[in-house]
Amino acid sequence: MLIAILSLTLLGSLLGLGLGVAAKKFHVEGDPLTAEIEALMPGSNCGQCGFPGCPGAAAAIADGSAPVTVCPPGGKALAQALAAKLGISIDLGEVADQGPQIAAVAEEICIGCCRCIKVCPTDAILGAAKQIHNVIREACTGCGNCIDRCPTEAMTMQPVPVTLQHWIWPKPEMVGA
Amino acid sequence: MGILDRFFKSHGPDWGVHPDDHKRPAADAPLRTLPVPEKLYIPMQQHVGGPARPVVLVGQAVLKGQLLAEAQGNISAPIHAPTSGRVVAIGEITAPHPSGLAQLAITLASDGNDTWGERQPVVDPFSLSPAEIAKRTAAAGVVGLGGATFPSAVKFNLGKRLKVSTLIVNGGECEPYLSSDDCLMRYRASEVVDGLRIIMHAIGAGDALVGIEENKPEAIAAMKLAAEPFGNVRICPVPARYPMGSDKQLIQTLTGKEVPADARAAEVGVLVHNVSTCAAVHRALRLGEPLIERIVTVNGGAVATPGNVFAPLGARVADLLGFTGLTQEPARLILGGPMMGTLLPHATIPIVKGASGILAFDAREARVPEAGACIRCGSCTRACPMGLLPLEMANHIRAGDLEGALRYELSDCIACGCCAYVCPAHIPLVQYFSHAKGELSARERSKLRNAATRRLVEQRLARLERETREKAAAAAKRKAERDAAKARAAGTSVTEASP
Repeated sequence: MLIAILSLTLLGSLLGLGLGVAAKKFHVEGDPLTAEIEALMPGSNCGQCGFPGCPGAAAAIADGSAPVTVCPPGGKALAQALAAKLGISIDLGEVADQGPQIAAVAEEICIGCCRCIKVCPTDAILGAAKQIHNVIREACTGCGNCIDRCPTEAMTMQPVPVTLQHWIWPKPEMVGA
Repeated sequence: MGILDRFFKSHGPDWGVHPDDHKRPAADAPLRTLPVPEKLYIPMQQHVGGPARPVVLVGQAVLKGQLLAEAQGNISAPIHAPTSGRVVAIGEITAPHPSGLAQLAITLASDGNDTWGERQPVVDPFSLSPAEIAKRTAAAGVVGLGGATFPSAVKFNLGKRLKVSTLIVNGGECEPYLSSDDCLMRYRASEVVDGLRIIMHAIGAGDALVGIEENKPEAIAAMKLAAEPFGNVRICPVPARYPMGSDKQLIQTLTGKEVPADARAAEVGVLVHNVSTCAAVHRALRLGEPLIERIVTVNGGAVATPGNVFAPLGARVADLLGFTGLTQEPARLILGGPMMGTLLPHATIPIVKGASGILAFDAREARVPEAGACIRCGSCTRACPMGLLPLEMANHIRAGDLEGALRYELSDCIACGCCAYVCPAHIPLVQYFSHAKGELSARERSKLRNAATRRLVEQRLARLERETREKAAAAAKRKAERDAAKARAAGTSVTEASP
């Protein structure tokens, strides 16, 4: 009787100690999945998803409260990458996607008011007061913040042109199975 | 060694394929010169790296050899006028590229005089420093003419830095149908040998090995004659086996050294240059002529008089086919060789620096058999010169598992096409690999882009914070000044009032 009580007490305290040490030693700061998802996101914190920036959206996607299709600038490509990361299947047909887009200035309408420059999260718009503005293509993330700010509708979203450097071979048609 | 091994091993390399080479009779036809067409279309991207930037204006008159566009960035090459005339347009034309996308090009209307501009020949290139040779080669727009079109001067500097002992000159020309390098070695062997000696001087190499496939006996004889006075230049016939003209295979055949995966040839002490590149270096140094023309093989079942044509860069495929004549409407047009060349959508595409041949195939040659399912016969693994497993890589790519394909060393694939050539199911294996490589580099780019975006966002936030701080500081300073002025005013009024 005494041996049984002692041995069980010993076993319980040893296992408890083990768990306690493991909890300290292998402690995880935050959700690593959130960080991994955030690394995939565009990172411009444009807010089009309705979450407070990309970290907020990443946290929502990680805990399942937001769909992987939540990010408009990321489009289909990001949705696919996120679905692969989370191991879920999605119907890409429902994702409204015209491919990646970037902002462009219609130079004949631009009045040089500088309003778009102030809202650009990546400083991708170049210009000064009463000078025609222009978009630095490499820096534009296509968040669309500038579109509504333009008083003359000179800002439009245009599909990213496919260049010789960025073109890739299409995948061959499926044959056999 | 078993008797079977001896039987199989004694026939040269155990990799690659040996397609019917179709080089003759085109290779034996005399070299012809294409009369300069009325208009030349000169693309700004004829090399690996950044496209060249035009430095001429529409309407400007230019002389032959004059600079049309300057190099942009570290890896790039300038482009020169192939003839004298007037710039009539700077706009977009269809690029000689599988995508058929548009590309910036300068359209030059020939004045028919072919007047040379100023040239600066060097009497003795060996008295120049290697850096000066590299500079002149870069200024002449010389790029690797074997097909890769990598700027040659960049490779010279690399060779100098990595202490290359042996220059390997690639006269393999293993692609079927093509004979432009063969033709060059037959007619201009002395130019090739002089050029390769200049390159040896530029990279500090002690000796040179010229690898030429055994199916070109005339070229081997001509090159041996030209190289005779120079003890450190050796002409080495190599077995005719596709892809012998690929640098890693040629290096292994000639020196026995294997270039490690993800390493450059220079890291095993050798550097490879094509024979045509050597001739271009000779012209750039000895004659001061930039790279503005090249030998192009025009071959295929639909060509009336197949052969080699000396043509200015920028001449359209249609001009060359019109010159050699066609027996029928070509069923398919290819720029380069049948194994690795580029399918052309139409004939109004100009030839570029890397264009070694134009193939106009008849219906029989152009037939593409229906692709079937993989029967796992393993023929592709035997054919692969890099020792890869094409069937496994393609299976992973078909299932969308690109990382899986990478685990099978997709990055070592040289896209030579041996696997697709031998595949009994006619699976377009190379297209799978090209697609996967493109997709992977696009992902890599988007990762870099995300990092850059994050940096921009951080910099913007830092800037906004700094601006707020500066504004606050300026306001505080103004307020302090105002207070001081007020205090002074009060002080003076006090002193005035006191007496």
